[in-house]
Amino acid sequence: MLFRNQLVGLFATPAMQTWATVFVAIVVQAMPFLVVGVVISALIAVYVPQSFFDRVLPKNPALAVPVAGMGGVALPGCECSSVPIAGALVRRGVTPGAAFAFLLSAPAINPIVLVATAVAFPGNPEMVLARFVASALAAIAMGWLWLWLGRSEWIKLPARPDMSGMSKPAALATTARHDFIHAGGFLVVGGITAAVLKVWVPAHWLTVLAENPIVAVLALAMLAVVLSICSEADAFVAASLTQFSLSARLTFLVVGPMIDLKLFAMQLGTFGKSFALRFAPVTLIASIGASVLVGWVLL
Amino acid sequence: MNRETQSLLLLLVGGAVLRISLTDVYLRYVKEGLRPFLIVSAGMLLVIGAITLWREIAERMRTADTTHGHSGPWVAWLLVLPVFAIFLIAPPSLGSDAAARAGTSVPVPENTDYPPLPPGDPAPLTVLDYATRAVFEGDASLRGRTVQLSGFTSPREGGGVRLNRIILSCCAADGRPVKVTMVGELSRELPADTWVEVQGRYDPRVDSDPANGEKIPYLRVSSLREIDKPTNPYEE
Repeated sequence: MLFRNQLVGLFATPAMQTWATVFVAIVVQAMPFLVVGVVISALIAVYVPQSFFDRVLPKNPALAVPVAGMGGVALPGCECSSVPIAGALVRRGVTPGAAFAFLLSAPAINPIVLVATAVAFPGNPEMVLARFVASALAAIAMGWLWLWLGRSEWIKLPARPDMSGMSKPAALATTARHDFIHAGGFLVVGGITAAVLKVWVPAHWLTVLAENPIVAVLALAMLAVVLSICSEADAFVAASLTQFSLSARLTFLVVGPMIDLKLFAMQLGTFGKSFALRFAPVTLIASIGASVLVGWVLL
Repeated sequence: MNRETQSLLLLLVGGAVLRISLTDVYLRYVKEGLRPFLIVSAGMLLVIGAITLWREIAERMRTADTTHGHSGPWVAWLLVLPVFAIFLIAPPSLGSDAAARAGTSVPVPENTDYPPLPPGDPAPLTVLDYATRAVFEGDASLRGRTVQLSGFTSPREGGGVRLNRIILSCCAADGRPVKVTMVGELSRELPADTWVEVQGRYDPRVDSDPANGEKIPYLRVSSLREIDKPTNPYEE
């Protein structure tokens, strides 16, 4: 009771209440997607044999990357689902380059996100096409880059509990719990950070940054990273950033689903430190590059 | 963190999400459409937590195994934070503090042909609809009409009171304020975060929002009454 009173006292100021509301909102909004992600990931682990992926993905890894990247169209969710699913794919023997192309493309190019983008930019339908092309381009480029330079020893998947001798439903529940515990804690880290920045970064800083076209692109890329907004909502936020050029806003939409603080924290928990510290900065560069290129051609 | 604790954490998180989604509390954080998914995902967490907890306990009773691995990462403990926040703090919906931190958000309309105001005197409008019409077309559709808006109050920099509503696309993390400055005898010094329903007419003056330089239109208030906070405190 004493603890509760202290806690409530700490959160009595308006700023702390705004922070707490934003923090709870991020976690609650992500929860259905995270749960769907860990359940699909557990279903893959328990029920889908490795031979399935051998059949549907081309043998040649260089071809498997674009196929898996476009496979992201089929996952109607956001980035909280794709991290555990990509982890399950790597465990199931899918070539990591293809699993990463899926990880990066799925949150950005699925139908729900594209429809949200169309609704948010009613006067600029070319934004939908630009988002699809730039996201797919960056995801496939990252997959190929991994085939070229990636090293499997960077990936350190947390050891899953031994499931030999368990019934399939029990194995399913145990695997889902394991993935939820690993990704969920990091979701909270991302939510805390994003809420701090949302509440305490002054809005008028953005107006100043919008004036120079190059600074504007980089500023919105960084904003996408720190805000960690769900990919189903980011188009509406981008639409409201009216001070910025369409190309800068495209960068916001391409970078956010591929790399942000929440995703980085979840990748840290799912694939390990050596992986996340290398993968995240390169993803940021690739996604900015793809947006600038596509923005220049299409917008 | 041992495995029983992991299962308990799933039960706690599932319980917290279920608790807010069975009442209207979830509307402070996310949109109405997410509710069925919240209930289903909370139910799945509860089932997964219960199955695994039951198995761990059965196993422990059978083998008296005390070397159960500490297999969960430390960071998983942070999952208690949203649970504490929901059960102990129950953060309120975004209000005047959030409105003051962000610039008013009146997106440029795709075409400038506004439909006429809804019939009725006063005509009911959302704060966003009023602000968009007033900023982009002046009094073209508002001339001679009394409108009725509802929202919460906040102090205007340099004196006076504003009427605000937060627009949500997805969750409170993307909440953006829409602001209208109220003038007239009735918009006296109301404390911040008072929910009011006001009737009034277009006023040609505008403020410039210090946060982003966007225009904040005025409303000349003719009547004002305090109301309870609506079930859904946000506009879409």
